[in-house]
This record gives sequence, C-alpha cells and structure tokens, in this order.
Amino acid sequence: MSTASHTTDHGHDHDHDHGPARGLSRWILTTNHKDIGTLYLLFSLAMFFVGGAMALVIRAELFEPGLQVVDPHFFNQMTTLHALVMIFGAVMPAFVGLANWLIPMMVGAPDMALPRMNNWSFWIMPFAFTLLLSTLFMPGGGPAGGWTLYPPLVLQTGSAFPFVILAVHMMGASSIMGAINIIATILNLRAPGMTLMKMPLFVWTWLITAFLLIAVMPVLAGTVTMLLTDKFFGTSFFNAAGGGDPVMFQHIFWFFGHPEVYIMILPAFGVISQIIPTFARKPLFGYASMVYATASIAFLSFIVWAHHMFTVGMPLAGELFFMYATMLIAVPTGVKVFNWVSTMWRGAMTFETPMLFAIAFVILFTIGGFSGLMLAIAPADFQYHDTYFVVAHFHYVLVPGAVFSIMAAAYYWLPKWTGHMYNEKLGKLHFWLSVIGVNVLFFPQHFLGLAGMPRRIPDYALQFTEFNMVSTVGAFLFGFSQLFFLYNVIQTIRGGAKATDQVWEGAEGLEWTLSSPPPYHTFTTAPEIK
Amino acid sequence: MTHAEHAPDHYYVPTQSHWPIIATISLFTLMLGGATLLNGGSSTLLLTGFALILITMFGWFGTVVRESEKGLYSDQMDRSFRWGMGWFIFSEVMFFAAFFGALFYARTYSVPWLGGETSHGVLTHGLLWSGYEAAWPTNGPSDIGGFFAPMHPWGLPAINTLILLSSGATLTWAHWGLIEQNRPQLLKGLAATVALGVLFLSLQAYEYAHAYHALHLTLGSGIYGSTFFMLTGFHGLHVTIGAIILAVMLFRSLAGHFTPQRHFAFEAAAWYWHFVDVVWLGLFIFVYWL
Repeated sequence: MSTASHTTDHGHDHDHDHGPARGLSRWILTTNHKDIGTLYLLFSLAMFFVGGAMALVIRAELFEPGLQVVDPHFFNQMTTLHALVMIFGAVMPAFVGLANWLIPMMVGAPDMALPRMNNWSFWIMPFAFTLLLSTLFMPGGGPAGGWTLYPPLVLQTGSAFPFVILAVHMMGASSIMGAINIIATILNLRAPGMTLMKMPLFVWTWLITAFLLIAVMPVLAGTVTMLLTDKFFGTSFFNAAGGGDPVMFQHIFWFFGHPEVYIMILPAFGVISQIIPTFARKPLFGYASMVYATASIAFLSFIVWAHHMFTVGMPLAGELFFMYATMLIAVPTGVKVFNWVSTMWRGAMTFETPMLFAIAFVILFTIGGFSGLMLAIAPADFQYHDTYFVVAHFHYVLVPGAVFSIMAAAYYWLPKWTGHMYNEKLGKLHFWLSVIGVNVLFFPQHFLGLAGMPRRIPDYALQFTEFNMVSTVGAFLFGFSQLFFLYNVIQTIRGGAKATDQVWEGAEGLEWTLSSPPPYHTFTTAPEIK
Repeated sequence: MTHAEHAPDHYYVPTQSHWPIIATISLFTLMLGGATLLNGGSSTLLLTGFALILITMFGWFGTVVRESEKGLYSDQMDRSFRWGMGWFIFSEVMFFAAFFGALFYARTYSVPWLGGETSHGVLTHGLLWSGYEAAWPTNGPSDIGGFFAPMHPWGLPAINTLILLSSGATLTWAHWGLIEQNRPQLLKGLAATVALGVLFLSLQAYEYAHAYHALHLTLGSGIYGSTFFMLTGFHGLHVTIGAIILAVMLFRSLAGHFTPQRHFAFEAAAWYWHFVDVVWLGLFIFVYWL
C-alpha cells in the first residue's frame, strides 16, 4: 500500500521527507508540530520566570509588615500581572506546547490538523504579551485592579487599560485557534484502529480541555469587550445608575473563569495518568472511569461559577445551588485520585524524577482539592473569602498541581524530544528543593488566611509576621530552585547520555515506538493500531 | 483531484507559508493601533493594521483557494476544515451568549433589584435608588442618556427578519443548484442571497439613524441602549462578514471553482450564514419583541 502511494505521489513537494529550514526562518515560518511545541514550551518557560520574578517582588514586600520594597500601586500591578502572566503565559502555553508535541505522536498523525493556523496560534502569544507587559512602562503603570478585572475598579486603570483588554483578546484568539486545532487533530487524524477509548489519557483530557476553551474563551472576550465599551463608549453594562450591575461582570467573568481553572488542570490529570502507569509498571487502573470522570468535571465546571462570589450578595437559592454543585466536583476528582493510587498499588515502582513530581502532584493537589472543598461551603466561605486561605488553596492546585505536572512532563518526555537523558541527580535535587520550597511557601498561607489576613494588600498586621516570613523564605527557595530546572533542560538539549527509543522501561504508547529524538516528520503513513 | 484519491494511506501536510506570521503582525498592528486610538492617539496605526489584515486575508485565502484548485487537498484535509469551521462557529455562538447573558441578567435580576423586587432588592432600592420603578426598556435609575423611545419590533425589524429568513432559503436553493450542476440556479441563488444581505444591512443602517435621531435611542441609553446596540451591532458586523464571504463564493462560482462533490468553502459560507440567521431570530425575539 504505502509503496504504491509513494510512487503515485512522486514529484509533489509534500512528499519529500525534508528536514527543517535553517536559521531563524525555521522558527518563524514553521508549520511543524514539534517545532511549534518547542516554541510554546520555551515561551512558557520564559514567562514562568517573568511571572516568578513578579511573585518574588510580592513576597519580598510581604517579608515584613510595613512598606519597604515597592509602593502599594506597584505591588498591585505585580499581583495583577503575576496572575495574568502565569495563567495565560506560563501554564496554558505549556500545556498547548505539550499537546503540540505529543498528540500527533500519540494518535499516529503526521502533524496537527491545521498546521498553518498552528503557527499563527503560537506567534500571537509573544505579541500579546508584548502588548500586556509594555503597560508597565506607561503613565499610570500596568493594570493594578487584579487579574479578574472587576469593574468599577478596573475602569480606573490609566493608559494601560485598552492594551490589557486587547492583549486578552489576542490571547483568547490564540487559545481558541489552538483548541480548534487540537480537537480537529484528535477527531480527524487518529491512525486506523485508534478508537476513542484506546486513546492515551493525555489525549482524552486535552480533547475535553479544548472543548472547554472553545466554550469559554469567547465569553471572556465578550465580557472584556463590555468593559471596553463601558469605559470608552458610554455603555452601562456594569453601571447600576444605567440599569446594569457590576455583579453582572463577575457572573460573566466567572462563567469563563471557572472552566478556565479546569483548562489548567485537566491536561495535568492527563500527564499524571501517563506517568504513573509507566513507573508503577502497571496499566492505568480504571481507564474508562478516568475518561468519564474528566467529562463529568468538565460538565460540572459550567455550573459552579458563582462559588467565586459567595459574598457578593446573591439570592439564597443561588448560594445553595452553587455550593452543592461545587461539592459534587469532589466525586469525579476523588475517582481520579483513587485510580492513581490504585495504579501504584502493588506496582513495581521506581522513583525517577517524573514519578517523584507525579506522586507529589497526587498528594499536594489533593490538599488543594480539600481546601477547595472547605471553600465550597458557602457559610464558611463568608469567613475565608478574599483571605490568604484562598491564595493558599489555588496555589496548591496550580503550583504543585499544574506546574508540577508540567515539570513531570518535561522530565518524562525530554529524553524523547532531545534524544538525551537529563541529569537524574540534578532532577532529583530540583524536585526535593521544589517540593520543600513550595510547602514552606504556601502551607503557612492557610494559617494566615484562617487568622484573617486579606489578600492583595502590601501591608499587614503584626501578628501575621512570622508566617509571612516563613512563606517568603519558601518563595525564594522555590523560585531559585527553578534555575536547576533551567540548567538541566539546557544541558539536556545540548547533549548527554543517549536515550533509548522506549526511554522508560514501563513506557507504553505510540510515541515510545519512535526513535529518540523522533524524525522531523513522523507517521507520514498511518501506523496500524491493534 | 487525482491526488486526493490516494489520501487514505498517505497524509497530506500543507507546506510552510509566510501568511501566518504576516497575520500575526497585522493583528498586532491592529490591536496596538486600537489601543493607541482609544488613549487619544492617532488612527494611523489602526488603519494600517486594518489594511494589513485585508491584505493577509486576500493572500492567505488566495493561497488556500489555489492549492485547493490544484487538487492538493485530501478528503482528510477537507474533514479537518469541516471540524475547524464547525468549532469556530460554536465559539461565535458563545461570544453572542455572553451578550445575551448580559441582557437576560439585566432583565431578570439587576433591573428588578434596582426597583426593589424580592428581599434581595429591598435594600438596594431603599438606600440607593428609592425613586426608581423597574421597567423594561430602561436606562436605569439615573436616566443615563436621557429620554428615549424603544425600537418597535413590528416595523423594519420584522421586515428584516423576513429578509434574512428568505436569504437562508435562496442560499439553500443555490446549494441545490450547485449539487445538481445547475449553474444559473447557483449563480442566481448566490446573487440573491448577497443582495438580501446588503438590503438587510442597509435597512439596519437606516434603523440605527432612525434610533439616534428620531427615538434618541443611543449606545449610551443605559442598559437598554447598551444591550440593543451591542447585540444588533455585533450581529450586523457578522452579517457584513457573511455577505463578503458569500460574495467571494459568488466570484468563485463565476470562475467555475466548485464541483458537486467538492465545495466545502461554499458549505462553510452557508453554515456561517445560517448561524447569523439563527442569531438574528434570537435578537428579534429577545431584543426587539419580548
């Protein structure tokens, strides 16, 4: 079959097994899913350090009570931009980068379904962040009203305002196109025999994430457009004097914002579901239930948004509905955690760096899940709302959750991508410093929050000093430990011990049947899946 | 066409193109220009960006059309385009959903609460807006934008509804013509659809002028004006885009581009047009009528 097609196709340029172009134009013009995946991952790594530097400014200011390091307005710009950079610049592009690299190899496709749009999706990102970060140098500084952009406060932003809104529009366009590409790839480019229920879990979680992205990014675009017209064109969407309501913004924003939370964690679930079976040397326990649990979480994510705004003044029926719906999420999430634990049960486990990060993910993400359950209780949330308890909660799910899964994925697939083994000793050092750092950083914030310390304030009462000092020490430990990761990644790209094709003894799946590194074009002829 | 038949056992991957990076730079210029203009700067960058976007669209779509006409695309590529267009339209539906959501929220919650309805509205009304009586349409307790009259549904809007529904029918008639290789029917149907689209837009422009001058209904007329003009405005923008796409389909039909088997560009344009049609029905019912 394949020989026949090669002869008939002979002479057409798409049939050449050509390698990458040389120089900068390779990266600017590329339509190759591996190149674009690399670009996404490197962009994400750069943004991780930019956002991290902002976090360290915040923690440096909070080391002691009083105002020492920065003025309060700049502090507010840091909290706002740290969130926007980490969410839209670090975590989301990292997962899109992983999707680009892995999904075509995992489903036996030659590339993404719409390769040119893929290039466009990526290159929008650096330009969007140029627009966003340039606001720091404008009169009045960057946005300082919090990443949630609540009116009326956000409408007081200076010259930065339209830049922020239009940067969000660009990021949204990039995300929607990326998601469309991923869905089209998964639904249309699977190799013969790769039925939906044979897909690796990473592919499944991304399919569902892509659906969430297409459903909610336009809603974010809509609501920030309303902000723009309220500020510049005299509309009254969020102005009670004109019959609108600032709370309306919060509803529309969180209709985007809550699924957004799952956009950042579902692919992480996928990564962990790939890594644990490899190092436990057992197939994933409860594959089908994992798929259904992911779909359930995605469905529930659309009907829980108002738990972010329990204290805003909603009718009682709303408080109760959103409270119970939120608690329901614990059920499919519990299914996942139990499945990961059951996969490890009586497995022949080894603890290479990816597995260490994966196990830390399961434990620490679960802590974040439990504090989420506490926050879901509406009457209790009245106490916790806008305190450091909330900060501790979402950082537990996002840092040792989403970010650890990205680290795990990087260590796990780096030998496949580069053809070289990373330095295991350095990897383990990075892991232990990170896991200690992250807990020293965020665990005390639970206590601060329960004791009543508000978030997004540069100063605090004296009784909060010790825990804040501990937290800041943890922040610098965690932050600077990431330099080991950077060094290890660079060294692995440049050289190192040769990786085998399978890389890990227990690894299964199509990507491990390819050479390490895989050729520039893989699966130009579809593999047969039995 | 001949190459596509070999597709099942050998994937087609499009070659590199400089259009995506040009598209990125165009979009960036447009956004930078928009932000500059909103901050009180000049409109030069915005117009440059707009021109660049147009050039990009001509260039990129032109490349794709030429490749398609050369028969480079496989059936699989065709299916990728179908998924892509389908999910793009879904994202557009969700964009409109945000504005419909704002309309429903204002009508069901914020306006009645401002008027003191339910236990939730008692304090808001009593302490802040005690003179306000909830009603729809409204420009709010502070009478933002001054007195206005709402748009009456059974005049021009009803005629516009008929026009758009008819355009859906003429488009389907054109599609039948394409499938049955009845070229005059295809061309007449498409031309009629584009003409109806332009007629709709003209009446919409007339309606806007009427609203601003005779009814004193503006974008600044409180929540009614905001929801009315943003929803109908974004819809009008989409009709404009749809009509341009259909006009391109008309030119491509004149150039003899489509075959009864392969004409996804036409179908995608039709999907888009029907989506715009359905959004209008929602607008007519919830913005104009109820």
